[in-house]
Amino acid sequence: MAAAVSSRAHRRIVLVACVSVLLAAVLAGGGASSSPADCAFVNGAEPATLDPAVITAIPEGRIVRALFEGLVARDPATLEPRPGMAESWEVSPDGLRYLFHLRRGARWTNGDPVTAGDFAWSFERLLDPRTAAAYASQLFCVSGARAFATDVGEGGTPSRSFATVAIRALPDGGGGSALEIVLERPFPRFLDLLACPQLSPVNRRSLEEARARSPGTWQIDWLRPGTLVTNGPYRLLERRANDRIRLGKNPGYWDADHVALETIDALAVEHLATAVNLYLTGEVAWIDQQPADLASRLCLREDFRSAPYLGTYFYRVNVARPPFDDRRVRRALALAIDREAIVRKVTRAGEQPLLACVPPSMPGWRGASMAHGASFADDVLEARRLLAEAGFGPGGRALPAIEIHYNTRESHKDVAEVVADSWRENLGLAARLVNEEWRVFLDTQRRLDYDVSRSSWIADTPDPRGFLEIFTTGNENNRTGWSDPRFDALLSRSDAAVEPERSRLLAEAEAILLEELPILPIYAYATKNLVDPRLGGFYDNALDEHPLKAWYWRDDAELAEVRARAPAGAERVACHGPSRGRYAPGDSPRSGR
Amino acid sequence: MIPFLARRLLWFAATLLAVATASFFLMRAVPGGPFDAERRLDPTIERNLRARYHLEWPLAKQYLAYLGPLNLDERRARVLGGDGTRVLGGVLAGDFGPSLRYRDQTVGDLLGESLPLSLALGALALAGAVAAGLAAGIVSAVRRGGAVDFLLRGTAALCLALPSFVLASLLVLLFALLLPILPVAGTGGWRHLVLPAVALGAPIAANVARLARTGMLETLSAEFVRAARAKGLPERIVLLRHALPGALLPVASYLGPAAAGVLTGSLVVERIFAIPGAGSHFVNSALNRDYTLAMGVTIVYCALVYGLNTAVDVVHRLLDPRAAEVP
Repeated sequence: MAAAVSSRAHRRIVLVACVSVLLAAVLAGGGASSSPADCAFVNGAEPATLDPAVITAIPEGRIVRALFEGLVARDPATLEPRPGMAESWEVSPDGLRYLFHLRRGARWTNGDPVTAGDFAWSFERLLDPRTAAAYASQLFCVSGARAFATDVGEGGTPSRSFATVAIRALPDGGGGSALEIVLERPFPRFLDLLACPQLSPVNRRSLEEARARSPGTWQIDWLRPGTLVTNGPYRLLERRANDRIRLGKNPGYWDADHVALETIDALAVEHLATAVNLYLTGEVAWIDQQPADLASRLCLREDFRSAPYLGTYFYRVNVARPPFDDRRVRRALALAIDREAIVRKVTRAGEQPLLACVPPSMPGWRGASMAHGASFADDVLEARRLLAEAGFGPGGRALPAIEIHYNTRESHKDVAEVVADSWRENLGLAARLVNEEWRVFLDTQRRLDYDVSRSSWIADTPDPRGFLEIFTTGNENNRTGWSDPRFDALLSRSDAAVEPERSRLLAEAEAILLEELPILPIYAYATKNLVDPRLGGFYDNALDEHPLKAWYWRDDAELAEVRARAPAGAERVACHGPSRGRYAPGDSPRSGR
Repeated sequence: MIPFLARRLLWFAATLLAVATASFFLMRAVPGGPFDAERRLDPTIERNLRARYHLEWPLAKQYLAYLGPLNLDERRARVLGGDGTRVLGGVLAGDFGPSLRYRDQTVGDLLGESLPLSLALGALALAGAVAAGLAAGIVSAVRRGGAVDFLLRGTAALCLALPSFVLASLLVLLFALLLPILPVAGTGGWRHLVLPAVALGAPIAANVARLARTGMLETLSAEFVRAARAKGLPERIVLLRHALPGALLPVASYLGPAAAGVLTGSLVVERIFAIPGAGSHFVNSALNRDYTLAMGVTIVYCALVYGLNTAVDVVHRLLDPRAAEVP
């Protein structure tokens, strides 16, 4: 009897199992994307949002740059500002007043013309404290903008009217429109700033319609595929969190004749080894990061492209905590780091030892460098002398053990080990490694509860000021306890200066920083892209920005030509793009791009 | 059966409330906040952002508002939400609120999109594991002591010992890179789920095989099996109709923990195979201090595990009437 009951139940279990397998297959099939895209790339972490005003990270910037276009756009090769939604512009002789003439015939994907009014409204939205945009401060150089954004009244609304901000839409001859922006002080890099994706316009009508349609969730609804209205080279076709964003060419884009690829998939893949697997099997044409232990192997391939990148890796020093309040101790620590060993043995992807605050690859920049000897051995001797002078070492007090604080990650640990070894061997210091999870780490760093703490800084625009201003007194990114009125004064003087005086003042400020050394520079970043050799329109540049608009597939003839020009010795690899290539309608194959 | 289920339901509510409360306060006790980054926000902007999600409220008030539907201070909430982002939650009303990191999405949307895929993957892994495990266990028991038994038991031990990320990497290397028959990662159809399901199901299959083998050996030496053989039944019938049901019992009680293991284990496998399931939210939401998403995932997973365990208990009662007598 028991056997009979069990047998019935047994059949039931088998049935349930079969149904669930079927269900699984159906569900998985339902989640399948349509046909493969013309091109795919790994975009890193899932973008937090596609709203241009509130994005902060690189993966978001890539998508927003494809979907929207600001007044100016950066040249993909040189990063120079080029006309975007603004066809042309004039700058007043004193460098304060900018007048942008909007491109006639530029349209949103819903058919509306793109006007100066769209930009004025989008900038107002960016500055409005209720938007809570991280990059609102980008526009603080505009007269009245800072006060509008930070003067918060009852219930979070701005207490001033937007009319107090010097951004105005004006009619332009022949039915066009122009945008007038007046700056507080001359700011020579203003055009670079305008090319940031955060300063893209958004379509007012689509936002307001979404708000009327679903007042509770409109901020979410206007960003969905099918409802998102954009003005850039691509449109949003599909989006699935942690999976992919599919972009489709926008036929109404003013420069659509020079956009080659019809559909592009941006895959959200965070696991670096998975990204490499996807690349090696030809599923994606570009990845921008690889596990560090593969770097020495991958960098021999022809498709590995390393170039100087505007980012710095350094250690912050807590100058509020003895003995690091002594400049000689900080200098000794800075001198005794074996930077060569770090870039050759740990990072291994073309990074450069750094003895400055601003990366040397900054375009048009000749900055200061930390004083150092002819060789590392000289530096070590000098470091020992400085420590002895400060009263530490043989005959003096012993230095307390130094804690090197970093966020939990294998590559940071490897660097910290080399630094600790350098200090132990060269200076006889005891150094201990302390790691914390990322956000705990940030909290500890902010509270100045460390000796020496790992840091990095990546540029948004090719402007040396960004690397320096964070160390001004009271800056929320200072986090070293260091403050120097001479440094602050030089930075504010540079704001009022024009080139080349501005660069000279900034270099002078950098010299002070490198004399005082609240930071220990370690290395300058390098880009480490693996790019399918067939993918054209992909240029190595110092911001590691690769607008999708410029991408195309090379045909066999062009590929052979590119390979002939490439330095010999690189390992040939298989390409995965279409062998006949794919060019934009406006570009014949091999038209000399 | 009815009082049993009613009692379970009561405990279910209590468990969920306890889990929600504990995770809410634990989450907030961890240092660091959702808007921290290497590039820190301008203090005014950070204040605006925190105000939008009411993170400046006292913790107890946030907790009550999260549980909702007590919509505290509604007027202020509407203004700060930029004309209407919903206030934190109202979990009792089924609203998990907006995600703090993915500003375009609500927690409900994110889970609604990712959970079906995790469940599909889990069901596939579990079904495959049970099928393969049972087959291996039966064969192992019948061929006890032989080479096949040795081989199967060795494989099972290996599957148990290898961490899933090692197994997953091995599978990718073998079946996607060296022998390119399956995709390395991503989504797009059933083929993309094969390797992840194997990686996820392997340790479960191994456990099922061991349990089935032990159970089978026990029943094979039982009186009724000898009687069946004595009647002259073919060996196939003896095994499948008479011996197998007895061997199934321990396997059935293992299915509850196995299902929980599949759900929580999927986070590693989903990461390696870039599958947009709920497992990745499980880890990332905690790392991002995405309070609302982390709470949502925890509550949903808790409900799932509880539900599965209850289902297994029900099945167990059906299979073995003796279990029903124990309260």
